[in-house]
Amino acid sequence: MVNHDDVRYVAGLAKLKLAEEELDRYAVQLSTILNHINKIAELDLDGVEPTSHVLKLTNVFREDEPQSSISQEAALANGPEVEGNAFRVPAIVRK
Amino acid sequence: MNLLRLTAMEALEMMGRDELSAGDLTGAFLDQIDRHEGDVAAYLYVNEAGAREQAAAAGGRGGDRSLNGIPTAIKDVLCTEGMRTTCGSRMLEGFVPVYTATCVSRLAEAGVVNLGKTNMDEFAMGSSTENSAFGPTRNPWDLDRVPGGSSGGSAAAVAAGEAMWALGSDTGGSIRQPASFCGIVGFKPTYGSVSRYGLVAFASSFDQVGPLTRSVRDAALMLQHLVGKDPRDSTSVAHPEEIVIPRDQDLSGLKIGIISELSGGGIDAGVREVFQQAVRTMAEAGAEMETASIPHAEYCIPAYYILAPAEASANLARYDGVRFGLRAQGARDVIEMYEETRSLGFGDEVKRRIMLGTYALSSGYYDAYYGQAQKVRTLVVNDFDAAFREFDLLVSPTTPTTAFGLGERVDDPLTMYMSDICTVPANLAGLPAISIPVGLDGGMPVGMQFMGPAFSANRLLQAAHSTEAAVAFDRVSPLIEEQD
Repeated sequence: MVNHDDVRYVAGLAKLKLAEEELDRYAVQLSTILNHINKIAELDLDGVEPTSHVLKLTNVFREDEPQSSISQEAALANGPEVEGNAFRVPAIVRK
Repeated sequence: MNLLRLTAMEALEMMGRDELSAGDLTGAFLDQIDRHEGDVAAYLYVNEAGAREQAAAAGGRGGDRSLNGIPTAIKDVLCTEGMRTTCGSRMLEGFVPVYTATCVSRLAEAGVVNLGKTNMDEFAMGSSTENSAFGPTRNPWDLDRVPGGSSGGSAAAVAAGEAMWALGSDTGGSIRQPASFCGIVGFKPTYGSVSRYGLVAFASSFDQVGPLTRSVRDAALMLQHLVGKDPRDSTSVAHPEEIVIPRDQDLSGLKIGIISELSGGGIDAGVREVFQQAVRTMAEAGAEMETASIPHAEYCIPAYYILAPAEASANLARYDGVRFGLRAQGARDVIEMYEETRSLGFGDEVKRRIMLGTYALSSGYYDAYYGQAQKVRTLVVNDFDAAFREFDLLVSPTTPTTAFGLGERVDDPLTMYMSDICTVPANLAGLPAISIPVGLDGGMPVGMQFMGPAFSANRLLQAAHSTEAAVAFDRVSPLIEEQD
């Protein structure tokens, strides 16, 4: 099952920062859940096609016609930090 | 007259005969919100001034006004332009959408009054509405119990007389389970029949919007306005037949299967008793009732808790503090900003599901979890196909217990997940399903679930309406009763 370090690794992949005691708590809870989920290992699934869409829709096409969209102003309206026509973020590459 | 007892169909008839004004109707619901919202906490935002304005304008003509003046609550998972939409999360506190969900605009075009946005489990993940970052909603039948979830606010609003009907969303039972807990009707349409445009995404291959109402006919009426292909949701499809309002008729000619795996040992004795009484009533009303089997039913919760969290972990990657929502302050670089924002903005259950999904999709585990779960999904689809070759419809209890106490299951995620054991199969197979109240157990409502083949909404609604009439469950929550 999953331990403290597994949870830290998965949290890192998901960009979540967890406190030490949270890692322990989640390790216990996720192990309980995974233990139940592992029930599917009982099934013989060889040769079963995975479901990709319940209605078996395949390609959904439409004409490529330009349409109006939301304005730049509206797109920026909920930005936590906006500068000019852009979302401002902290440094991506440090000098 | 207690206006809170009216169904939308009755209110529309009365307004059509000028026996009731839209202003008085909306006023009655806003008064009830004033009286009880402090206890029930069904809403995250009450649109009081806006609702009065819309009700005053409801006499106007033009366009399809067939739902003129019906006071409607909207789950806060649906985007409403200019009106805050939080999804029950700190992450979206203060978020004001720049467009409106298709299902909401369709109802608005038909003239409904928007009473406000209802509480929910954060990002629709939960079965009790206790995962809301803004506090729990309480069950109008017993304020010490949960209303179910994740559409608990919508269900409680309708059951408390704080809305005539409401919109909800259902990913693993989030319309039907709270409807069952609150003694009202909840319908999950066939996957794809209602547009998901403007519905904040949780698990895209499961999510479906639908009605929570006081009667099956009201569910049909709202559904008439919700279904249809939307160019803005490429997974939406045209409903092959027009939704019709169910007629008064019995159940003769219908062969209905009772799903043995979902109505036996895992179900509380009290719930089972009420359910079996309803089954007998259906037989007396002419239905041929026989035992049916969904052999892989016990694998539905395991498969669902791989697939839905996997999809959620991808969908919720967008909450990164850049374009909308919360941003943690003081981070030294962008990665730290992502991590601190997401740790601050998401609650426990959302983090749990993101990690579960990330784990199931991570290198080395993808085949064992995600790939296998998609195959289990196929087996469940096949089980239903086989059952529907023999039966017109299938029934089960909607939930294994009645509404549980506040706080009872919050520390035990797996027990909480098991609340959805009867509802999840229809989501895995994309099928339409409806819950109707069929009685009380210890004073709390018990729901019966009907499931049908894809796009069988009319058959499902007709059978549910006929059963509703035969069972004649006429109880409402004490909060509505006291206004008699």
